[in-house]
Amino acid sequence: MDRIPILKLGSALLVTIQVDMHDRLATALEEDLTNKIVQHNAHGVLIDISSLEIVDSFIGRMLDNIAAVSRVLDAETVVVGMRPAVAITLVELGLSLTGVKTALNVERGMALIDRKRESYVVDDDHVE
Amino acid sequence: MSSTMTMWNDIEATTLPIRRADDVVVVRQHVRAVAIKAGLSLVDQTKIVTAASELARNTLDYGGGGEVHVHRITDGGRQGVRLTFEDRGPGIPDINLALKDGYTTGSGLGLGLSGAKRLSNDFSIESTVGVGTRISIARWK
Repeated sequence: MDRIPILKLGSALLVTIQVDMHDRLATALEEDLTNKIVQHNAHGVLIDISSLEIVDSFIGRMLDNIAAVSRVLDAETVVVGMRPAVAITLVELGLSLTGVKTALNVERGMALIDRKRESYVVDDDHVE
Repeated sequence: MSSTMTMWNDIEATTLPIRRADDVVVVRQHVRAVAIKAGLSLVDQTKIVTAASELARNTLDYGGGGEVHVHRITDGGRQGVRLTFEDRGPGIPDINLALKDGYTTGSGLGLGLSGAKRLSNDFSIESTVGVGTRISIARWK
């Protein structure tokens, strides 16, 4: 079965969704990502959807699920590169993706994840 | 035809099967191509393709599979895309309830039907318990 590649980028994982996802592929991605977060001790997951021409409720639910599971594993999920037409349609569809952070591109998404890590480190120092 | 639909004529029509998850992808790609031909803007293309994706998945998950008729239509002046999804599944006992945001009998988000309605200019639904469901949507340029 096809798999979507997951790349390590610093302390984060980067997934670029380029294909028109069918349902089995989406489910496989959820499982693979969860395993890799633990395996690489990742602090963040960047999901680049700049190639996606639509996000329907199935993909929206997948993004929400990934974010929820990542959070439990102490990793932040940031969805990057959403096309403007996709954003407009998503809101009208009724999907608000409340559990998912978004950024305009990979660089800004990475900065979000790094900022969260830094604030953790500062908190740790403060406790000590 | 339901009175809520704008009067229209076919320019071209295709019927596609919805039997497997991969068919949903084919439906999306075909609807996109027809929407481009009809001259829909990028946002309107995205809306009708997203609505098609939701309804195709409903046809598969709740209707046990079926088919979609994809029409490029005109009302004399402008063009549009009209989609009719048909299944011979269990039918929907309470259509008003099924159209409520967040209502689902499955594992989804319950946004498919209500979302597809919001994303369309015209929407009609006929369903008979034990016979099946037919849903038509249209998006105009």
